[in-house]
Amino acid sequence: MSIRAEVKGGRAPRPDLESEIDALKKAQAEHRVTLVVFSGELDRHLAALVIATGAAAMGMSVSIFYTFWGLSALKKARVFKGKTLKERMFAALTPKGLSRLPVSRMNFGGIGRGLLKKMMAERQVSSIEELFALAREMGVRFIACTMSMEVMGITTAELIDGVELGGVATYLGDAARSKVSLFI
Amino acid sequence: MTDATLLDARGLKCPMPIIRAKKSMDALPPGAVLRVVSTDPGSVLDFQGWVKSGAAYELVGQEEGTDDQGRRTFIHLLRKKT
Repeated sequence: MSIRAEVKGGRAPRPDLESEIDALKKAQAEHRVTLVVFSGELDRHLAALVIATGAAAMGMSVSIFYTFWGLSALKKARVFKGKTLKERMFAALTPKGLSRLPVSRMNFGGIGRGLLKKMMAERQVSSIEELFALAREMGVRFIACTMSMEVMGITTAELIDGVELGGVATYLGDAARSKVSLFI
Repeated sequence: MTDATLLDARGLKCPMPIIRAKKSMDALPPGAVLRVVSTDPGSVLDFQGWVKSGAAYELVGQEEGTDDQGRRTFIHLLRKKT
């Protein structure tokens, strides 16, 4: 497109300036939230999902990257078949899904988790399962880190459906365009 | 102004009032007003924050009241921008 302009007493349009404006527009943060969930505890996942659903309710695009202990929340079942001894140990010692995450304090072999869940239900606070389902329904993207899956011997067959796979650049690509980015 | 649509968010805890509000707003035409009744004291600042982030809604007003069960309520009037 060519632009013709007559400028009186001013300067002519500068193409370099225009491309600079375009670049600035691209670098501007979008209406986006990016979370990294590294931890494997119920209370921390609760915080992540409250932020995620809240952001989605504010019309923001939300991505959650699950890495290391956080991956337990995305498991639908434990798989032992075809795994090495170390991988089987990891599978046995990590929670088998969102509902089985321990609490970060006073877990006492799951008693603390039971208590917290009961207290949340009594006070009509949404459960972790409800919040997770709500986040999905609202279009929150769930991305599993393939490197930590590899390290811990977690296969895609163990993960719930609809989880995307990605790496650090997937996270950074979203985080760089986000107004909010948190590591939980 | 047209009549406001009522959203009963009493008893709901964070983040549910804003999530229900978003869902109600999605079903409403531009310019419509939503009246949210909540019992969560945190909802006062929450709805102020909710309108700050997007440009899609505006907070028309907030007031306190008491419902038929004697509970303290927080009423939020929100308008979907055209």
